[in-house]
Amino acid sequence: MRIAGKGPGDPARKVRFTFDGRVVEGIEGDTVASALLANGVRLMGRSFKYHRPRGVVTAGSDEPNALVTVGRGAAQVPNVRATVQEISEGLEVRSQNRWPSLAWDAMEVNDVAWPFLSAGFYYKTFMGRPGLWEKLFEPLIRRAAGLGALSGEAARDDSSRAFAFCDLLVIGAGPAGLMAALTAGRAGADVMLLDEQVRPGGRLLDEDCAVGGLPGADWVAQAVAELDALPNVRRMARTTVTGAYDGGTYGALQRGAPGARVPETFWRIVARRALLSAGALERSIAFRDNDRPGIMVAGAVRSFLHRYGVVPGRSVALFCNNDDAHRTARDLAAAGVRIAAVIDTRLGIATDADWPVLAGAEVIGTSGRLGLEEVTVRQGDRIRHVRTDVLAVSGGWNPAVHLTCHMNARPVWDESIAAFVPPKGAVPGLSVAGAAAGVFSTRDALTGGAEGAAAALGEIGIDAALPEIPEAEDAPYVIAPHWLVPGKGRAWLDLQNDVTVKDVRLAAQENLRSVEHMKRYTTQGMATDQGKGSNVNALAVLADATGRGIPETGTTTFRPPYTPVSIAAMGAGAQGAGFAPQRFTTSDAQSRRMGAPMVEAGLWYRPSYFPKAGEATWREACDREATMVRTTVGVCDVSTLGKIDLQGPDAGAFLDFVYTNTFSTLKEGRVRYGLMLREDGHVMDDGTTARLGPRHFVMTTTTAAAGAVMKHLDFVQQVLRPELDVRFCSVTEQWAQFAVAGPRSRQLVNRLLETPVDNDSFPYMACGAVTVAGVAGRLFRISFSGEHAYEVAVPARYGESLFRLLVAEAEALEGGAYGMEALNVLRLEKGHITHAEIHGRTTAFDIGMDRMIAPAKDCIGKTMAARPGLLGEAREQMVGLRPVRRDGRFTAGAFLFAEDAPADSDHQQGYLTSVGHSPALGHALALGFLRNGRARMGERLRMVDHLRGVETLCVVSDPVAFDPEGGRLRG
Amino acid sequence: MRLRCPLCGERDIREFSYTGAAVLAHRPAPDSGEAAWDDYVHLRENPAGETRDLWYHVSGCGAWLVVTRDTVSHAVHTVELAAQ
Amino acid sequence: MARLQETTPAAGLGAVEIGGWRLAEAAPVPMALVMPLKGQGAAVSEAMEQALGTGFPQPGRTARNGETWAIWAGREQALVLGAVPALDGAAVTDQSDAWAMFDLSGPNVDRVLARICPVDLRPRVFPEGATARTLLGHMSASITRIAPETLRILVFRSMARTAHHELARAMEQAAF
Repeated sequence: MRIAGKGPGDPARKVRFTFDGRVVEGIEGDTVASALLANGVRLMGRSFKYHRPRGVVTAGSDEPNALVTVGRGAAQVPNVRATVQEISEGLEVRSQNRWPSLAWDAMEVNDVAWPFLSAGFYYKTFMGRPGLWEKLFEPLIRRAAGLGALSGEAARDDSSRAFAFCDLLVIGAGPAGLMAALTAGRAGADVMLLDEQVRPGGRLLDEDCAVGGLPGADWVAQAVAELDALPNVRRMARTTVTGAYDGGTYGALQRGAPGARVPETFWRIVARRALLSAGALERSIAFRDNDRPGIMVAGAVRSFLHRYGVVPGRSVALFCNNDDAHRTARDLAAAGVRIAAVIDTRLGIATDADWPVLAGAEVIGTSGRLGLEEVTVRQGDRIRHVRTDVLAVSGGWNPAVHLTCHMNARPVWDESIAAFVPPKGAVPGLSVAGAAAGVFSTRDALTGGAEGAAAALGEIGIDAALPEIPEAEDAPYVIAPHWLVPGKGRAWLDLQNDVTVKDVRLAAQENLRSVEHMKRYTTQGMATDQGKGSNVNALAVLADATGRGIPETGTTTFRPPYTPVSIAAMGAGAQGAGFAPQRFTTSDAQSRRMGAPMVEAGLWYRPSYFPKAGEATWREACDREATMVRTTVGVCDVSTLGKIDLQGPDAGAFLDFVYTNTFSTLKEGRVRYGLMLREDGHVMDDGTTARLGPRHFVMTTTTAAAGAVMKHLDFVQQVLRPELDVRFCSVTEQWAQFAVAGPRSRQLVNRLLETPVDNDSFPYMACGAVTVAGVAGRLFRISFSGEHAYEVAVPARYGESLFRLLVAEAEALEGGAYGMEALNVLRLEKGHITHAEIHGRTTAFDIGMDRMIAPAKDCIGKTMAARPGLLGEAREQMVGLRPVRRDGRFTAGAFLFAEDAPADSDHQQGYLTSVGHSPALGHALALGFLRNGRARMGERLRMVDHLRGVETLCVVSDPVAFDPEGGRLRG
Repeated sequence: MRLRCPLCGERDIREFSYTGAAVLAHRPAPDSGEAAWDDYVHLRENPAGETRDLWYHVSGCGAWLVVTRDTVSHAVHTVELAAQ
Repeated sequence: MARLQETTPAAGLGAVEIGGWRLAEAAPVPMALVMPLKGQGAAVSEAMEQALGTGFPQPGRTARNGETWAIWAGREQALVLGAVPALDGAAVTDQSDAWAMFDLSGPNVDRVLARICPVDLRPRVFPEGATARTLLGHMSASITRIAPETLRILVFRSMARTAHHELARAMEQAAF
C-alpha cells in the first residue's frame, strides 16, 4: 500500500504497465517491485529448483527472487531484477519459471519431492542403461530447469561502448561518495561519480535521517546541484561499476532511462585513482521456511517506505540481531503501520515500546502458501504465533567489498562488526570509504568520503581542501552474530538457487570442506546474484559444520561482473557488418553495378565473376572469363595485394635477408618473384618485388598476409638487423592496380600509354614509371594468369575511372572484366601457388622451390629449412592432378590413396589444396601434396572425400598443366 | 591491461600484439648448430615471475617493444624500444 | 584520349550533423610520408624547415606552417599534409591517395570519439596540435586536434565507409 507524503516522484504522474497480462498502475519513478507492492502484489516468482512461491526480498540489485522477463521479441530481456527495472508506459513484464501460472505452478511437485532433490542429487541419480540420459533424463531436466528464457530473435544492435578517463572515479553516490565528489570537484580534479540507482543519495534516500540539519534527501539535492554545476565533474546515474581491472581500469554498465535510444552503454574507465563508496548489503538469518513472499530484509522494507512510499503489507514483524534494525519498527509505526512484534535474538535489549518486543527470541517457522500469514516464535521454552503479512529480517550488514577483491585478493574478517571488510591495497589506486569499508554511521561515512578523496588526490599531486563535515548521526553498530536458527525443516541460504542449510551441511558431511567445493557442490552463490545475500551465512554454516572459524574457512574468489552485463553491451556495434571493418577497392561500385557478386577476401570485397545475360550458373561465367583471358584480354582489380615501398642504401641487403633469393642484384626497371620463409623454414609468403631505382624497391605480398608481412619486416628491421639503413611503408592504399592479361593485353595497354611499349622496351618482368591515360602511374609486366600480361597502377583517386576505361577498352577488343573465380582457374592451370598451398606447414622444398634459396647468403629460415626432416622422399611434395575420366570431379581437402588401398588415415598419402575446372583443357584440375610426389609422375591414385562422398581416380602430373614452356608470357 | 609505449604514452592492450619471449631478438649465427637453432625457434622458459617479452605496437606507432613484466602479479615493470 | 576522373575517398558519403557536432570529409591535399634514414633525423628536419617551413615533429606532436602540417605518424615517421617534398636523407612516399580524411568538430568533440577510440582525448591531455596513432574501432587511425574543437581523423582509404558509419553512430550515441 502507498503512504501519503512519500514516493518516487510526482504522484500525479501515473504509469501503467502489465504484469502477467494484468494492468498495474504505478507512479513515475517506481520500480516494478515497488509498483507491485503498492498494488498489494507479493507473489512475484517461483524458485529455481523447488518452484516455491517467492516474493521480493531486497530493494536493490542484490535481489535474488523477483526476477522477471521484460519486453517481447527482439527486445525481450530475461532475469531482470524487479527491484531495478523502472516502470514505463506499456511496459510488458512477465514472471518466470512457472507453468501454467504464477499462482498455480505444476512444477511445485518438486517441492514435495524435496528430500530427493538436495544438493548434488544429480551426481547420485539419473543412472541406468546407456541412452537413458540422452533420451529421457536430459530433455526432462532441460525443460524443467532454468529461470527466464530468450525469445530466440536476433537482438537489435543499439547498445554502445565508450572509453573515459578521469583523475578520481567515485563509485557510489551515497553520503561517502557525495562528500568525496564534492571534495575532489571543488579541487578542480576531473571527477566521475557513478551510481547504480536512478536517483543519487544511497541510504540517505532509504532512511529517515538528517544531514547538516536538512532532511537527508534535501541535503542530497543540494550536493547534487553543486556537483552538476561543476564542469569538471561528470555524474552518471543508472551506472554500475562492474569490475576492477589492471592499470586503473574499471568496467561500468550504464542503463538508459526507459525508452532511451541507447539502452545500455558499457564503459571502460581509466582512473588515476578511485574511491569505492558502494555501501553495504544486508543479510538475513536462516530459519525454517524463511522464503515466503512477504519475508524481506529490514533495510529493504525501509527503502520501500522512504524512497518509494510503499509498505509491503498491513502489519510488519521484525526479526533481528542488531540495534540498527529497530529503526524499521519506529519508521513504519510513524507511517501508521501496525507492528506485530519485534523479535530480537539478544537478551538484555530494551523492551519498552508501543509494540510487543521479544528479547532472546527466534523465529522457528512460518506459514502461508502464496504469502506470509503467520510466524512461529520461540522465546526460551515458550512458543507463540504472530500473525503478520510482512517479516522484516536483519542479520547484519555486509560491506560491498567485491571490487576490492577482483584482482585475486580476499576480504578480511572483522570480528567487531561480524563482517568482511576490504583488504588494503589489493587494487592499486583504489581506496574505500563509508559502509563499504565497514564504517556504518552516517557521520563517519561523510568524513571517510571527504578524507578518502583528499588522500587519493594528494597521491597524484592535486591539493584538495577538506570540507566541513555536516552534522549527522553517529550511532555505534551493535550486533550479536546469529547466522541460523537450529531446528527441523529447510532453512534457506541462497534463495535464487534454492540452497538450504541442510545442503551446506551435506557438503561438509560428504567431505567437501573447502568453501570452493561447497560452492560448486551445492551451487550456493552461483546464481545471478552471485550469493550477495547468502555467501557469508553459508560460509558461517560451513565453518560451524567443519569445526573452523569464519576467517579460516574464508571466501570464494570474487570475479567481475558485479551485476550481470549483457553480451550485447560488451559487443555493442559489432553485430553483422559492424564486426570488422570493410575494405572496398576503387572498382567496387562499378563491379557491383555490373552485377558481380562480391566475395570476402579477408576484410576486402572482391568480385567473384561478372555475369552476362543468359548465364545460368557461376561456372558458365567463370569458364567464359577464363577463356576470354586466354584468347583476347581480361581486366581484374588486384589492388588488394599488399604493396610495400622500401628505400635506403641497404634496401637491397634487407630484401636479401627476408627473401630466400637475391634482390640486391636485381636491375633497375626489373621485377623478380620472391619467396619468404619463417624462421622455422616454412614458407610465410610469396610475391614480386620491383626495383624502381638504385635504392628504391616496391614489394608485393598476398592479400591475406599483408599485415603479417609488415609486422615481420618491422621485426627484422628494428630487432634483428637495426644496423641496416632502410625505411619502408605500406603503399597498398596509395595505388589502384589492375591486371590486364591476355594475347591482346599489350594492344590494350598501348592505347592508354603516352609512350607505347614493345617487347624490347618492356620485356617480360620489366617495370617502370609511365604516363597512362594522362596521369603518372606505374607499369609492371608480370603475370599470375600465365598469359602475356601487365599490371597498371595509378594513384587511387583515378582507380574507379581507370577501371571503367580499361573494361571499355577490353570490351572493344572482345574481352572484358574477370573476377576471382576465373583468376583462380587461370593460376591453377599454371601451377601458381596461393596460401592454399603455402598454408603454413609447407616448405620451399615441398613446393619445388628449394633452388630459390640462394646458397651464398643467409636469410630468415635458411638454417632451419635445411633440417633433414624438411627434405627428401618422405615429404609431401606439390603435384598437379588430372582426372582419369574427363568428367571426374575434384574437391579441395580430399585425400589421396593408392588405387587399391583402403581410404583410411593409415593409408593416406597426400591431399588436394586447390581445385577447379579448366576450360582450356576441358576437365578438372587440382594442385595437392603427395608423399614423394615429384618421383611419381603418371601414377594413378584414388582421391576420396569422405565428407562430401566423392571418389575420383586421378593421375599425378606436373603442376603446370597449361603452356608448360611459358611461351605465352614472352614476346 | 595497459602498456606505456615510450613514444605514444600509456595505451590500452588492444593496440598491441604479443609475439613471444625477448630471446627472439638473439638470432643465432647460421652455423651455430642444431641445438642452438632448436632452442631459438622452439624452446622457451615459462617463468612464474619476471619475464621479458616482445610486443608490437601494431595499432599505434609500429614500434617493437621489450616489456618486462611479472606473470604472477601482472605488474608491468618496464617498456622499452626494442631497437635500442 | 579520355581524361581520368578523380574520386575522393569519401565520395558519396555526405556530411553528418548530430547533437551539435559536424562530420565531413576534409578537402583533399597532397600528402607524403617522410621517414629519415639512419642518422639523418636532424638533417631531414632542417631540410623540411627549408622546404615546408616546418621541422620534423616530436612524437605525439605536430608542426605547422600555415596550411602545411607535419603530423607525427609513428616511429620516426611524419605525415606531411599540403605537399610532397623532395628531401635528401629521407625515404619519402606519396600518400596523397592513401588516406580518407575526416574532420569532426563541435563542443566536447572528444565525447564522440570516446565511443570508438581508446585514447585519452580530453583537451587538457590532448590539446591543439596533439596527435596520436591509435585505433578507431578496429581500424588503424591518426587523430589530430587541429583546432580547439576539431579533431582530424585519418584512416586507410579503403575503410572510408566503415569509418564514416562508425563516426556517425558514435555521434548519435554520444548525443543521447
